[in-house]
Amino acid sequence: MSAKPSLAIRDLRVRRGGTLVLPGVSVEIQPGIVTGLLGPSGSGKTTLMRAIVGVQIVESGEVTVLGAPAGSPENRRRVGYVTQAPSVYGDLTVRENLHYFSRVLGVPTARIEEAVTVVDLSGHEDQVVRTLSGGERSRVSLASALLGEPDVLVLDEPTVGLDPVLRRDLWRTFHALAEEGAALLVSSHVMDEAERCDELILMREGRIVATGSPGELRSRTGQDDLEDAFLALAEAA
Amino acid sequence: MSPRITFATAARVLRQIRRDHRTLALIVVVPPVLLTLFKYVFYGQEETFNRVAPPMVGLFPFISMFLVTSIAMLRERTTGTLERLMSLPLAKLDLLLGYGIAFAALAVVQATVTALVAFGLLGLDSQGPAWLIVLLAVANALLGMALGLFVSAFAQTEFQAAQFMPAFVLPQILLCGLLIDREQMARGLELLSNLLPLTYAYDALARATADDLGRQLVVDVAVVGGAIVLALLLGATTLRRRTT
Repeated sequence: MSAKPSLAIRDLRVRRGGTLVLPGVSVEIQPGIVTGLLGPSGSGKTTLMRAIVGVQIVESGEVTVLGAPAGSPENRRRVGYVTQAPSVYGDLTVRENLHYFSRVLGVPTARIEEAVTVVDLSGHEDQVVRTLSGGERSRVSLASALLGEPDVLVLDEPTVGLDPVLRRDLWRTFHALAEEGAALLVSSHVMDEAERCDELILMREGRIVATGSPGELRSRTGQDDLEDAFLALAEAA
Repeated sequence: MSPRITFATAARVLRQIRRDHRTLALIVVVPPVLLTLFKYVFYGQEETFNRVAPPMVGLFPFISMFLVTSIAMLRERTTGTLERLMSLPLAKLDLLLGYGIAFAALAVVQATVTALVAFGLLGLDSQGPAWLIVLLAVANALLGMALGLFVSAFAQTEFQAAQFMPAFVLPQILLCGLLIDREQMARGLELLSNLLPLTYAYDALARATADDLGRQLVVDVAVVGGAIVLALLLGATTLRRRTT
């Protein structure tokens, strides 16, 4: 791809509690598309995402996001991050949460309504987050990350536990954001989500097993099913 | 840092507490009730009540804010909101000052209500000005907040955080001179009490109560101020952008 990557990772090594979780990962992520980070739980997806956002202590390697080192002050405004567990204030309402994060980001409060609409929480604005369902809470977390209209959006398993209609709608939203030029990195441990991504990064035990579009991975392995393709690639690696 | 983010943080913290009616009620109601209890435990000993009660008005906010802050900050850590904030354009100082402003405001309410009950209803008689005691109470609230923020980094659960109260606060109250003059303590304890910030907080309150508004009071306040800054700096070192 000719476009300048939004994200470039070179020889990233991360050690957690004595174990080498990422033994040397190199990968690039392009703007304007949705990249899926697929792999079983414990394969290092979250650690890789944390390194991209700049909240992970890394042993060595380079993580460059939008031309600057990961976690640099200018990136903290331009990179959105949604953790797997919703990180919002349970004792505040949806609106109060979004209002606070909009003030921190310095974006107009009009963004709050837009973000609420995107994640389909209209009508729940004045509900205390603690009283929402798990799926709704994770959407508040997602809305908080959308407030700043980030150029890079890192989403850790954003669709777990959501109903199929909402899941489809969210994937549409992800693609719409990508079309506006953002780079999206979406992790998942379910293979049926891989089909919805433009590009895939398959991870296993801290290593990248394969990268490519769903079509490429299928034809490279001769498998129709992406799950089978993943198995073939994992066994070959 | 930015005033916009600092004040947004203070407003957010206050909103969280306002929603928790029970905590709010306990913060405002418990000190006056305890003082009332105190008055009738020492029934007929007006002198003891007049000597000990004003400093207590000033020490309650220290205890309350230590507890509330250590648990609030622990929650920020365990629910991932701290990690989110650290990935946003928020300076650590924004967070620290935001908490400081919020809890100072809360301490003003707590100390004012306690002082009104003590001086108005309980007939407490202090030689020094009551407003100075309220002002010192706010300083003590900030000291409690800063220490609570720092120690919260060493707690993994809310149970642990709650146990830091007896571990960090009670020894300071025992040694600060409230219960017994520090000169009458074992020499080792007296020396130890010189190192504890609450000793100076109590000394300032005792002087304000006795209307001894001299240089020593200024020194006490300066030491308390220095301890607040030091605890905030230590607290800032526990707020890490990057974690394992």
